Amino acid sequence: MLTISNLHAGVADKKILRGVNLQVNAGEVHAIMGPNGSGKSTLAGVLAGREAFEVTEGEVLYEGKNLLAMDPEERACEGLFLAFQYPVEIPGVTNNYFLRAALNSIRKHQGKPDLDAAEFLKLVKEKIKILHMPDDLLKRPVNEGFSGGEKKRNEIFQMAVLDPKLCVLDETDSGLDIDALRTVADGVNALRRPDRAMVVITHYQRLLQYIIPDRVHVLSGGRIAKSGGKELALELEAKGYDWVKETEPALAGA
Amino acid sequence: MTVDAKQPFLKAIDELERTPRSANFYALRQTARTQFRELPFPTPRTEDWRFTSVAPVLQTPFEPARQASELNAALLPPPSAPDAVRLTFVNGWFAPKLSTLGQLPARIAIGNLAHAKLEETLQLARIAAADEQVFTALNTALIHDGAFVLVPDHVVVDRPIEFLYLALPGGEHLAITPRTLIVTGKNSRATLVERYLAVAGADDSYFTNAVTEIALGPAAVLDHYKVQQESLHAFHIANTQVVLGAAANFTTHYIALGGNLVRNEVRVRFEGQNAEATVNGLYLAAGKQHLDSYTVIDHAVPNCASHELYKGVLADQAHGVFNGKIFVRQDAQKTDAKQTNKVLLLSDAATINTKPQLEIFADDVKCTHGATIGQLDADQVFYLQTRGIPAEQARRLLTYAFANDIVSRIKIEAIRDQLENVLVQRNL
Ligand SMILES: Nc1ncnc2c1ncn2[C@@H]1O[C@H](COP(=O)(O)OP(=O)(O)OP(=O)(O)O)[C@@H](O)[C@H]1O
Ligand SMILES: [Mg+2]
Repeated sequence: MLTISNLHAGVADKKILRGVNLQVNAGEVHAIMGPNGSGKSTLAGVLAGREAFEVTEGEVLYEGKNLLAMDPEERACEGLFLAFQYPVEIPGVTNNYFLRAALNSIRKHQGKPDLDAAEFLKLVKEKIKILHMPDDLLKRPVNEGFSGGEKKRNEIFQMAVLDPKLCVLDETDSGLDIDALRTVADGVNALRRPDRAMVVITHYQRLLQYIIPDRVHVLSGGRIAKSGGKELALELEAKGYDWVKETEPALAGA
Repeated sequence: MTVDAKQPFLKAIDELERTPRSANFYALRQTARTQFRELPFPTPRTEDWRFTSVAPVLQTPFEPARQASELNAALLPPPSAPDAVRLTFVNGWFAPKLSTLGQLPARIAIGNLAHAKLEETLQLARIAAADEQVFTALNTALIHDGAFVLVPDHVVVDRPIEFLYLALPGGEHLAITPRTLIVTGKNSRATLVERYLAVAGADDSYFTNAVTEIALGPAAVLDHYKVQQESLHAFHIANTQVVLGAAANFTTHYIALGGNLVRNEVRVRFEGQNAEATVNGLYLAAGKQHLDSYTVIDHAVPNCASHELYKGVLADQAHGVFNGKIFVRQDAQKTDAKQTNKVLLLSDAATINTKPQLEIFADDVKCTHGATIGQLDADQVFYLQTRGIPAEQARRLLTYAFANDIVSRIKIEAIRDQLENVLVQRNL
């Protein structure tokens, strides 16, 4: 579903990603861990099409297509979803209005008719329950005044409504209390499907106890420094990232 | 140039006096004529007009509109509410056939100024100062038809009253001088809409010089709207002047969509304690439009509150001006005044001049003001895009959201809908 090859990217004169390779197949869940500033959000941003990041080398194939040539909205319409590490507040636009505009835009791309207000409401009511979100969040402006945890839940809620094929979750677990973490993890698990893949960026092993990954990768120094099964997360928790850096001497000069 | 620019108007004032219908307000007009002759037109050195040049107005040989033109009722816009009462004026002249008075409480006096009883117009030209504002003096010197409404004490008007000022320029450089008088009594309640609108297809330049006088009695509540949708070739200079009695509650929304060169002044003066005024505005300008909003809130007595929020959206090479004055006089203790001006610039070539001006002579007051000027937030646009919304639609949505802060406060659904349409469709 997603093939990242030798991806180099950065901002202005700063290189952040230095040759990332990653293959994610449909139905899989991949976890990406790694120290602060290692480039995890940059990778997510490049996938979603954030303009600030310049790709200097490499390619990204999404369902066989050149992802990097698409506008961000086209990527979304083709089924890519990014749950932001820092969801953006949009005062003056209600969650409801926003989500309906988004869903109808995606449906239009798929050649499907618009959902009217009633049909939309029905769909949304269904999804909102899964995430135990209060109904009134729908009527409030997007993320404005939401608590940190509510913002994260709202991201997953949007994901549930928009029904993407490839989900990239950037630290959706940070800032969640234990109950919310469970809810969000349950929400994410409910979305697991054989034709859907997930890339879960996290610092904590805890999330991966709920969302069991097929593969765990460590991003360090702008590269995937180590990959392994779900046990790798536990090992990292015990040994810290220095251990990865030490076992990958090749990276020292990178 | 200034003297020359006045000549056609002085001539028109004198001609108007020779027409039979002009006996009313003769003294008012004569006084105003003298004031008009003596007051200078603003120049670039006039402090309150620094950012707005009236030269284009003065250089055009405008002819005062002399008579109502015939107009097909089908060309009228839908009313502000299904049950709204409407007085229509074409080029400043009353059009009875295009007006509907419908069901109003019996004691309300409403109609054409030219036919009002003397006791119904006692406040005319007493609220708006013709001795300081040259354009107000000009309007007053030309008073003929106009809209007036008197809401007696304790009367509640349950439907909007709309004064519709239509421009139908047709080939000439017309000067149109709409005049409005609104007086509401003790404990009364009313909603009033002024609309300035060009008949579709009017692409000749014309000059609207409007004056609106509003007086609220003690504990009166008035919800006032002015929707300015002149043609993009029009000049619009207007003075809305308001006085508030004790415990009165006045809300006004000025919505500016049209006009080539526009100067809209709102002056609110507190004359009784415990009154409250909400003075809001929204201006949307594109192309080469120049929209100037000038407001004065005069806290002349203690214990009053004013809330002012003006928002502007400027695209292309549009030029916006906001000048907000707040006076807190020495006696006006416990004044609570808040002013906010926010501007969204959609293009690098759009400009805004914003100037808050607080003059506070009392010590126990709460006064705040703030101005922000910004562009669309790239992170917000990106966020919407990542959800599948095309960039262009995202920008419109965010522009709408910015303006919605004002739009959502409008209590008349038809005006809200109209604005929503403009915001969604117009290429701002
Ligand atoms: N727009 C930008 N301008 C300058 N530097 C940037 C920009 N975006 C990211 N960086 C830098 O690139 C590096 C990688 O940032 P990134 O946000 O990808 O890290 P991360 O792995 O997500 O970290 P965290 O775990 O703290 O979220 C950091 O040093 C960051 O400061
Ligand atoms: Mg990050």
